Amino acid sequence: MATVKLNGRSVRIDGPDDMPLLWALRDLLAMTGTKFGCGQGLCGACTVQVDGGMARSCITPLGAVAGKSVTTIEGVGRTRVGGAVQKAWLDGNVPQCGYCQSGQIMSACALLASNPKPTDADIDSFMSGNICRCGTYPRIRAAIKKAGGVA
Amino acid sequence: MSTTRRDFLKIAAASAIGGGLQIGFDLPARAEVRDTLITDAPFAPNAFLRVDRAGKVTFVSPMIEMGQGTYTSLPMLIAEELEIDVDKMAIEHSPPDDKVYANPLIGLQMTGGSTSIRAMFVPLRRAGATARVMLETAAAQQWNVDPSTCRGKNGAVVHVPSGRKLGYGKLAEAAAKLPVPEKVALKTPADFKLVGTPHRRLDLVGKIDGSAKFGIDTRLPGMKFAVLAISPAFGGKLAAVDEAKAMAVPGVSQVIRLPDAVAVVASHTWAAKQGLAAAAPQWDLGPNGKLTTADVVAQLATVSEQQGAVARHDGDASKAIASAARKVEARYEQPFLAHAAMEPMNCTVHLTKEGCDIWVGTQIPGVTQAVLMQVTGLPREKVRIHNHLLGGGFGRRLEFDGTVRAVQVARQVNGPVQLIYTREEDLQHDMYRPYYYDRVSAGLDAKGNLVGWSHRIAGSSIFARSFPTIIKNGVDPDAVESVVNLPYGLNDIHVEWVAQEPPGIPTTFWRGVGVTRGTFVVESFMDELAAAAQQDPLAFRVALLDKNPRAKAVLQLAAQRSGWGKRLPAGQGRGIALCIGFGSFIAQVVQVRVDKDGAVAATNVWCAVDCGIQVNPDTIRAQMESGIVFGLSAALHGEITLKDGRVEQTNFGDYRVLRINETPRIDVTLVKSSETPGGIGEPGTSGVMPALTNAIFAATGKRIRKLPVGAQAAQGDVHGAPMNVQQESTNA
Repeated sequence: MATVKLNGRSVRIDGPDDMPLLWALRDLLAMTGTKFGCGQGLCGACTVQVDGGMARSCITPLGAVAGKSVTTIEGVGRTRVGGAVQKAWLDGNVPQCGYCQSGQIMSACALLASNPKPTDADIDSFMSGNICRCGTYPRIRAAIKKAGGVA
Repeated sequence: MSTTRRDFLKIAAASAIGGGLQIGFDLPARAEVRDTLITDAPFAPNAFLRVDRAGKVTFVSPMIEMGQGTYTSLPMLIAEELEIDVDKMAIEHSPPDDKVYANPLIGLQMTGGSTSIRAMFVPLRRAGATARVMLETAAAQQWNVDPSTCRGKNGAVVHVPSGRKLGYGKLAEAAAKLPVPEKVALKTPADFKLVGTPHRRLDLVGKIDGSAKFGIDTRLPGMKFAVLAISPAFGGKLAAVDEAKAMAVPGVSQVIRLPDAVAVVASHTWAAKQGLAAAAPQWDLGPNGKLTTADVVAQLATVSEQQGAVARHDGDASKAIASAARKVEARYEQPFLAHAAMEPMNCTVHLTKEGCDIWVGTQIPGVTQAVLMQVTGLPREKVRIHNHLLGGGFGRRLEFDGTVRAVQVARQVNGPVQLIYTREEDLQHDMYRPYYYDRVSAGLDAKGNLVGWSHRIAGSSIFARSFPTIIKNGVDPDAVESVVNLPYGLNDIHVEWVAQEPPGIPTTFWRGVGVTRGTFVVESFMDELAAAAQQDPLAFRVALLDKNPRAKAVLQLAAQRSGWGKRLPAGQGRGIALCIGFGSFIAQVVQVRVDKDGAVAATNVWCAVDCGIQVNPDTIRAQMESGIVFGLSAALHGEITLKDGRVEQTNFGDYRVLRINETPRIDVTLVKSSETPGGIGEPGTSGVMPALTNAIFAATGKRIRKLPVGAQAAQGDVHGAPMNVQQESTNA
């Protein structure tokens, strides 16, 4: 059981403390925008923000986010950075199958929140935890730069 | 409160938290991808199109979207002829139907083989034109004017002389009463306004705000969640499970035993996963319990010494090679590969006496329905397949094994249940791209000209299992693709195929199918021949392509873009490869940097594409980028290995795929062409693999004949190590 501020609203989640946030979101709240990819924090598909920082929800226990602020793909568009990233993703025609993109966008938002004008090396380093099997990486690089106002 | 009611409220609450318009900016026109079929449209002149009273045009897509861009390029074909704004269209996944929605190039409702545009370029334009002509006729009748004076334009019919105008929605009912014309004129490519222009994907919004629905996102009132473990050795059986311990995990409701697997059902996936761990299944590993990769390779090496089925025999290759000034021989090995789509295998099933509902993402809805009719004993109309966007296909979702598993589980569950493969299960019970073993030899005359090619391929035959009627005279046409149709001018060529199934290991198609397999060997060997002839690899190829101008042109273009021939610093090199497949011509140059410790980095890729008439050029670029990343993933890292009967790889930590920090700079150049459209989903994968290994040779002198590169590089085996297989001899 945990009460979290989820996309700006206080929500009580009725799950065990050791339950990863991913399954709480997907299975208890039917918020399916956050994706299951690996269950071990290896692929980034489940990325969310906890108190503004990047978190892999598949290895983040519910108990650890109690009382904290959680932002998911469903809510990130209402943030200034989130809107800019989504717009850059759209203009750059980034997604293909789209399955990893929630996580890519959430990671990109976390990157830009801490580093508004990342270099290619910054992007490669920060985003290397997010796998895309469709190979949208070149477009992700370009979109992040655009959202950050670099390119 | 009942569970169902409670779940409804949960879903409603979730919509309140997550719902509404979630993108953070305005978007004037937005196409929509619908997951549920809407049938309230009066005008449906064919299976692909519906026009409702508001003029909204819905496209029922015979092909599923799995990233390759068909939900943009196919609507563009309709919109071009129907004269509508493609950004206002709705797209629905087609229901299962192997007749109405058959892929004309395959004969079944199937998305695969890079066929979507090739198969639908004419039928969908015809579908659009037919609807437009009927709407024009309906308007002409209403106005009592000559139909030839009426034109469909921007979603309305205009009477050209008077300027009168009626929206398609207002004409829908009248048009529906008209006979469907048998013949309609289609635009010539010169008249295309939309086709051939880069267009933003129509499925983007849901993929950037999290609302796009994949099969795994299915949520139903009262739905339970299940995970499973299948015998780690192929062909093994379930021996024991600790059911009591599993049931003791809060939320676990059932432990389901299958002959070769166990599933745990719970109120959420986390409980199911914990329940499965607690169940600690024991296995009777069966006949393949000691199998290793080395066993499979040894078997292939042995059978590759034996004569195979003749796939091509022209001239006299053995004589040409025997009498050549030099003989070059090599063996190549390509490993088992997993698909590792980002969306793990999953399927949601609600099975009752009344019917079977399936929520899944599949490349084969019709086949899946037919298989489930057999599995359930239910008639066709009671087996309902609700298809979804695919979180990656790459051939994995051409198979129905996961869906049948889910039905086996659902049979014992009261109410709907979603079965998810964990990533570990997804990797360890994939159906794999086969291990292939090639022996190839060729002759060079005194001037270094190629004078004969003899080639024997050994491996698993996917067609023999999946489409046995395609096998003719013992030859699997997929397995010998790109070798039997070698693009280079050569009179004496002999190709054989030896089918050898790996014990128990299920195999299937992978991105690029036989073209990827064959192109690696052909383009690697061409590079070896060029080196043996002391010729430039580009010049050596070009000299043999006089009868293949499109191939020659893309090679020269990619080379030119890359600055081919310019010197590079030590430890760097460029490699080139040609791929002809799926009706397209692609050349790729890869530039690598090889560190002193043998670590290989692909720094740049230049890609030239001639895929005939282009529908959405941006999709073509995206598919080249995609194929390049997918191919480099496999060539650098991809390898499924077996030990004690088990797949050794478990997750993305040990089944490595390319990450953004390993991704090269990619330059794609499209060739304008009026030729028939070719496929673009797969060939980008195929050429980049040999281009990479050829680049490593250019950088280091080390020839990679066994993929992946990664393991060899990690062992410091790339840099300056002795050649591993090649035996070159000079005939007296």
